[in-house]
Amino acid sequence: MIQDAWIYGLIGGLIIGSAAALYLLVNGRIMGASGILGGLVDGSARGNAPERIAFVAGLVVVPAFLAALIGNAETNITSNPIVIIAAGLLVGIGTRLANGCTSGHGVCGISRLSLRGIVATVFYLLAGGIVMVLFRHVLGVI
Amino acid sequence: MLRNLFAALSGGLFGAGLLISGMTDTTKVQGWLDVFGDWDPTLAFVLGGAILPMAIAWRIAARRRTAFLGDTIPAPNTAGPDKNMIIGSVLFGMGWGLAGLCPGPAMASLSFGGWGGMLFLVAMGAGMYIAPKVRQKLDQNSANA
Repeated sequence: MIQDAWIYGLIGGLIIGSAAALYLLVNGRIMGASGILGGLVDGSARGNAPERIAFVAGLVVVPAFLAALIGNAETNITSNPIVIIAAGLLVGIGTRLANGCTSGHGVCGISRLSLRGIVATVFYLLAGGIVMVLFRHVLGVI
Repeated sequence: MLRNLFAALSGGLFGAGLLISGMTDTTKVQGWLDVFGDWDPTLAFVLGGAILPMAIAWRIAARRRTAFLGDTIPAPNTAGPDKNMIIGSVLFGMGWGLAGLCPGPAMASLSFGGWGGMLFLVAMGAGMYIAPKVRQKLDQNSANA
């Protein structure tokens, strides 16, 4: 069961990396989810808005089809609205301040041996780990 | 037109990979971050798997200099890590731990994430909208310091 999850993780990861490779080699762009969406939200996208919208459309529609096909996709997200709102705001502000998230800094940055990508990844992993200790094991909120 | 087609294709592949890898499941992400709990190493396989094709792509990109549709390959940011990048990464990591979602999976799970997923997406969008003002404030503070 656990081993299955690793194999699916590896296969899914290879697909994610191939998507990033395609976006880089064909479109000449870095596949960063927060940058692509953030540029649309804050209006800094300007000329390349259609390309970003097309990317987001694919990102939403293809998993929708796959989820309908397999029938049991589930995010298991918390039902606490305060936690959800706080988390969403932190992710939105944080990824834009950092100029990247798990896809931009993590996948695209580390694979390029970018110091920024590596340092950013260390900091968001550490912050996430500390939050788990604090909010799950100490406070019992999540 | 071709650009948009390939952008949609990349986005679709990205979404498929996120779903198959289990990264749209918040328990897997929180399980990875929860080192002192029931630790789930899946995310390491996902990140490792994703870095592999992308490392090859960077090698091809370095030889070509331009992408297949003619654009220049983005140059690396040589400035190195700065204060905003580190503050932002810490804030992002906190939110990531709290809900178990980052921007890619938040969009990829829109169709099956229910009201919780939608609420997260709206809050994340609001955060992205105010982020330039937060950056401005941080820059002002460091200029005055």
